[in-house]
Amino acid sequence: MDHLDQLEAQSIYIFREAFGRLKKIALLWSLGKDSNVMIWLARKAFFGRLPFPALHVDTGKKFPEMYRFRDHYGKEWDLDLRVEPCPPIDAVDPTLPPAARSAARKTEGLKMALAKYGFDGLIAGIRRDEEATRAKERVFSPRGLEGNWDVRDQPPEFWDHFNASPPQGAHLRIHPILHWTESDIWAYTKRENIPIIPLYLSQNGKRYRSLGDQDITNPVASNASTIDEILIELEQTKVPERSGRALDHETEDAFERLRVAGYL
Amino acid sequence: MNMIVTPNGTTRPQVRIVIVGHVDHGKSTLVGRLLHETGSLPDGKLDMLKAVSARRGMPFEWSFLLDALQTERDQGITIDTTQIRFRTNSRDIVLIDAPGHAEFLRNMITGASQADGAVLIIDALEGVRDQTRRHGYLLHLLGVKQVAVVVNKMDRVDFSAARFKEISDEISAHLQGLGVKPTAVIPISAREGDGVAERTDRIGWYKGPTVVEALDRLEPARPLEALALRLPVQAIYKFDDRRIVAGRIESGSLVAGDEIVIMPAGKIARIKTVESWPVTPVAGRQGAGRSVGITLDRELFLERGDIIAHANSAPRETRRLRARIFWLHDKPLAKGDQLLVRCGPKESRATVVAIEKAVDPGELSSVENKAIGRNHVGEIDISLSNPIATDPYTENPRTGRLVIEVSGRIAGGGLVLSVDAGQRALPVDIVPVESALRPDERSARYRHNGAVVWLTGLPASGKSTLAKALERRLFSNGGSPILLDGDTLRAGLNSDLGFSAADRSENIRRLAEVATHLARNGHIAIVAAVSPAREDRATARRIADTSFREIYVATPAEICEERDPKGHYKKARAGTLASFTGIGTDYERPEAAELVIDTSTRTVAEAADEIEQMLKTTGVLFDELVDLAANI
Repeated sequence: MDHLDQLEAQSIYIFREAFGRLKKIALLWSLGKDSNVMIWLARKAFFGRLPFPALHVDTGKKFPEMYRFRDHYGKEWDLDLRVEPCPPIDAVDPTLPPAARSAARKTEGLKMALAKYGFDGLIAGIRRDEEATRAKERVFSPRGLEGNWDVRDQPPEFWDHFNASPPQGAHLRIHPILHWTESDIWAYTKRENIPIIPLYLSQNGKRYRSLGDQDITNPVASNASTIDEILIELEQTKVPERSGRALDHETEDAFERLRVAGYL
Repeated sequence: MNMIVTPNGTTRPQVRIVIVGHVDHGKSTLVGRLLHETGSLPDGKLDMLKAVSARRGMPFEWSFLLDALQTERDQGITIDTTQIRFRTNSRDIVLIDAPGHAEFLRNMITGASQADGAVLIIDALEGVRDQTRRHGYLLHLLGVKQVAVVVNKMDRVDFSAARFKEISDEISAHLQGLGVKPTAVIPISAREGDGVAERTDRIGWYKGPTVVEALDRLEPARPLEALALRLPVQAIYKFDDRRIVAGRIESGSLVAGDEIVIMPAGKIARIKTVESWPVTPVAGRQGAGRSVGITLDRELFLERGDIIAHANSAPRETRRLRARIFWLHDKPLAKGDQLLVRCGPKESRATVVAIEKAVDPGELSSVENKAIGRNHVGEIDISLSNPIATDPYTENPRTGRLVIEVSGRIAGGGLVLSVDAGQRALPVDIVPVESALRPDERSARYRHNGAVVWLTGLPASGKSTLAKALERRLFSNGGSPILLDGDTLRAGLNSDLGFSAADRSENIRRLAEVATHLARNGHIAIVAAVSPAREDRATARRIADTSFREIYVATPAEICEERDPKGHYKKARAGTLASFTGIGTDYERPEAAELVIDTSTRTVAEAADEIEQMLKTTGVLFDELVDLAANI
């Protein structure tokens, strides 16, 4: 059993716990490399099916390639796809810096979708190695009634025993790939032959390492035009994955504020 | 061994280590220094940290690297565990930083429970503190055996070899007392860099490994494949015509064709296939760590929490066990407390029968045995309301551990020290014999499917009267109803049971098992039993599964007492009948029964009509005659 097998087995275990212990769950599909791997893992866990909805909280500002990908694979993978809109920018906390404010639309859209469907669990594709506050996450992470994350009072979680009883009206975030790294995602994508959005591959010396909205994501300099080349690049690079994400660089705590308020 | 394959084809073992120790002894600083010395910091991070430190008017602070949260930086403490990766010469290291503050012990445990090894840090000036000892003890309890000790802030004791030896002796003695042998004790200054990646002149007297070298020598987690097979059932899926038993192999291995035993019931079957996706079935042996799905060669009733093992090496079934636990909840754990115990996916209500030992692992002296306080450890004796299959942790570290839940939140956990093997000591070879008839052959004759019709309600609410009327009605229509009255069974099968809560649960369980057996064989089992506990009825529903129909006979209490055909109410009022449901308030009314009937406002015939109607709409009774020929 190699490293990828272990990661896969652990994620499947988490998926099955979430499906078995919560009443109404959905998987957040952002169309990026991580959530595509996540859908793949879920289909492994449930023998080819995704037995719950895939939720795309859509800012309307994704790249055209991403929408094409969604429409194609939503059908091919037979997903119960729910596309939910986000409120306009003026509905969002005006004290946040511009890019963070733009991203916070997603938090609001997420809250609306939660209220609409009454999910008690949301499966999200965040990873510990992406960002320092995500590194502190639990696998089953309880959220308050407002969707907020109370980092000072996270329940103990050990030996793969998860706290799966959210208070009435609140929900849990479930993180089945928290333990994966960016390199793991690519190595697994290659091994399993999971389709990807071509924006991740280099064109004219640039590629996207992380795909967000058009207005707040930038490509990084790279000549990696295949997954193999991406893997070699990641082995050598010291550029952080989210360097192309504008919101991470606005203020010291912009991202933490977003996450405490319910952002992924 | 957990191997990482790199893009150029080489492999490196991956080890997970946790850094623990008393608050302010320098954990986060050491982590920052380690990342820097191994060249693992991303571009711009160092500058960012300098800026963050400057903004707060502080000298450069390594710990800001991991203490990512504002609160942590502002207060200079680590609140929650975090993970970060770096490489030594021969290892890929996942480093888990755990907070030292006593109030965040749950976070330390969350971090340390995932580790293959640990670094225990001690401030050279302050020496061994409560939290140092507490963390040492918890590492031992969590099963972390490889512990490297670092004595930090040697610069503050002028790199004194004597001071180092003093601390080294004290902590080594403490750890060895717990059965943990430190792999190294290393003098360092995390802030200055001595002893972390380099052996500097200032610690020239020290001949052992640096921190990086010590980490390089840690071994990845021990393979579990060599142990006996344990596959706890996580779920049973029926997405298509396959009935797949899903779970993660905790230890041992399995392959299609293996004969297995399902514990605690002790049923025997063979593994027909190992299912997967996108390619299925999969050939070859599946080992510990794999999340698998298997199908069996016969239809057996399984449920979440059952453990699949090989027939000759099954775990023990028990309702009673001893455990060594750590306690994280605000309210101390005391004798008589009701808990929820989880052992893998299996959960059971439990009662603390005795607290045999309770100790604050930080202070070596205090030992008591009344209650286990928050952040303390102890040994307890617990009794379980459902039998579970488990192993002592010395035989199987994966299945020999449990967690304790209070109000839906994990409150403690620990190791199974011993199990008091219950009524059945070892699995017997049970091979259920399936009926010669197919279910559709029976339903074609009786014009109904098998079902368990469960009548619950207060004594004298009219359950037995209704049950008999229904039995007569169904029989007249050519069906095969069978009456199972609670009292009738208590006269024979259940004559060994009294009226304690546990005995009542067992009474209901047996009723449900018998009724379900009849239902599986095409009959309509009509159960009339007070069955006051909601949870017991939930158990019955779980056992009977989709064939269960609950009817709440909701006759008002005063009318029941007025009727009192057996004279029970009278005796209970007189105080000569203990544990009688009706006078007290212990009847828990159903919340989602298939049907509610108040016999004070309906005739028996009307009530029987309603039941019949419900059985039709829920697919038990057929309206039309089934064409027998079509099924042949």
